[in-house]
Amino acid sequence: MRAPIIVLIVIYAISVVGLTLVPGVDAEGRMTAPLSFFHAFYFISYTATTIGFGEIPAAFSDAQRLWVTVCIYLTVVGWSYSVVTLIALLQDKGFQNTLTANRFTRRVRQIKQDFYLICGCGETGSLIARTFDQIGQAFVVIERDELRVEELDLLDFKTDTPAFAADARQPDNLQLAGLMHPKCRGVLAITNDEQANLAIAIAVRLLNPDIPVIARAEQGSIAANMASFGTDFIINPYERFADRLALAVSSPERFRLIELLTSLPESPIPETLRPPRGHWILCGYGRFGHAVAERLRGTGITLTIIDPSAPDANREIAGDGTEASTLRQAGIEHATGIVAGSRNDINNLSVAITASEIKPDLFVVARQNHAANSALFTAFDADFTVLPSRIIAQECIAILTAPLLARFLDHVSQLAESHCEQLVKRLQEASGGLTPVIWDIRLNAAEAPATWQALMHDRKIRLGEILTDGADRDSRLPAVPLLIERGRDYVLLPADDFRLEAGDQLLFASALSTQRKLELTLKNANELDYVLSGQENSGSLLGKLLKAKSQH
Amino acid sequence: MARPDCILGGIMNLEKVIFGFFILLAATLNFGFFIGDIARAELHSVYELAAALFVSLIATALKFGDRTQIGAIHLSTSLVADLQLIAAAVTWGIAEHVTGVGMTAHVTSSVVSLSGGALFANIVSVIILIVETVMLRR
Repeated sequence: MRAPIIVLIVIYAISVVGLTLVPGVDAEGRMTAPLSFFHAFYFISYTATTIGFGEIPAAFSDAQRLWVTVCIYLTVVGWSYSVVTLIALLQDKGFQNTLTANRFTRRVRQIKQDFYLICGCGETGSLIARTFDQIGQAFVVIERDELRVEELDLLDFKTDTPAFAADARQPDNLQLAGLMHPKCRGVLAITNDEQANLAIAIAVRLLNPDIPVIARAEQGSIAANMASFGTDFIINPYERFADRLALAVSSPERFRLIELLTSLPESPIPETLRPPRGHWILCGYGRFGHAVAERLRGTGITLTIIDPSAPDANREIAGDGTEASTLRQAGIEHATGIVAGSRNDINNLSVAITASEIKPDLFVVARQNHAANSALFTAFDADFTVLPSRIIAQECIAILTAPLLARFLDHVSQLAESHCEQLVKRLQEASGGLTPVIWDIRLNAAEAPATWQALMHDRKIRLGEILTDGADRDSRLPAVPLLIERGRDYVLLPADDFRLEAGDQLLFASALSTQRKLELTLKNANELDYVLSGQENSGSLLGKLLKAKSQH
Repeated sequence: MARPDCILGGIMNLEKVIFGFFILLAATLNFGFFIGDIARAELHSVYELAAALFVSLIATALKFGDRTQIGAIHLSTSLVADLQLIAAAVTWGIAEHVTGVGMTAHVTSSVVSLSGGALFANIVSVIILIVETVMLRR
């Protein structure tokens, strides 16, 4: 940018000085003194910028006209050169990147709420981002693909979300994105690249060891590596799915309860699944296949594995299961279920369709690798569709939105099947046709000030009392209390007469609107007063005086 | 075979040469304008003032985007010189064309003293340049 400025200064100097040297002419044709510096500068200023007032201090002599002709060409070239350089600078990739990075850094620095750092905004990241936005959780996105970031800007988010196109493997970029920000509550390393996730997990462990990392890892070695330096949560979507499938076979009601609690909040309730026992066919024996095979065998299911490339698959069966002959060879006539679990979506669909044509009552599990193929998988409507990105997103949301939920899920394994079934019914009633939001709140000064204060003043509050609707005292808020944590003790599914104490942490399942109402009750002293006593009280001095008078 | 810039006993920094040239030229031109009886207009040529102003502007532009500490000080001193010279030129123009009083002793002395201020800034620039050169150990 220096060169064009200097060129302009030089051109102006030449033009102005020249004009002060060339003699003028008066009306009678006599030579007069040249223009003064002031007039010359004035004239060149409006000529050079091509504004071109018609006004000249006096009619020019031919000598002056000759010089002005030169000046016009000089100055027009000078200005064009400057403008073109300026535009080139604005379009310069490096310059623009600097601007975007600066803007992003500023926005991250100004975040006032607690936020999560999402590294990698592919299918999984988008799902998590959308859910976070829905429940009003702030987040920052860092994604390598610039196009994805631009798409993210176009998405209709309620909150203002800083997104940055950069490689999250570089610690500098993580720091730009607020890794060391005091409000950063956790990092999600969920890129498609396992090595990148590993790098992010290590960076967070070293740079900000106090916050949790959730990392996605599909390879055992990477997961072991992550675990070795204390990554808080490692999500392997295949194993997670295989666990669920096995659970669905062995105890379907418990599976349904867990699915309801861990699905994305406020989404349609998933269908009831009853995978049959017996003989299954597994097509595709990669990482996913291995995980599924191991878990299914644990439930007593026998398997025929079809995979032309896997060495430990059944070698006697040729093909990959997309042809009817292969499936017949694998004994589809006496099979009860089939898993189409290869890396190729089209092959999986082909396997699933062929199998259900041969045997319509077969239980079909189809693995969907790309969210883009959702239309095809929805049209086919398998009994169970596996979408790894969705599994990871669900897991992340479940871990992050309610840390207590993990405790509850630990305890679920002790519940009887009939008890689970009952609970599922309660949850479905409470959340009105959609999956519930799972949330927790601690009865302390920061999260529930009104309740905390009431409890500290020795007021006796039972769990059932706070569940009264603040708008209509006769009705009860449709929220299901799942767990109460008190110190080191946990109370599973507390009853309505449970006595609350300051410092308790409560885990609820309810609709989003119910969550808002209940939070208001717990936070707002007037609302709490009304809910507990049924008396309207604005809390103002006047109100207190009037009340005191009426009592006398 | 010696490269041309090795003849002077080392690699010259062309940028430093150009900048030094303009800083020094601005100072010398300004000095030329400034010298002479402060109140007598005929001793101070308007062309010298114009030349000093243009050269000083170029010296300023040369320091745009320089991120070193010394570069920043250079930029500030030459900005001061520019400001002073522009003020002198504007005073001159107003006296000649706007108020019409012409170059009286009073106007001339204020123009010349403004340029004297600029000369001081120029001298500071030159001193910084010299200090920078002396500190250079290569």
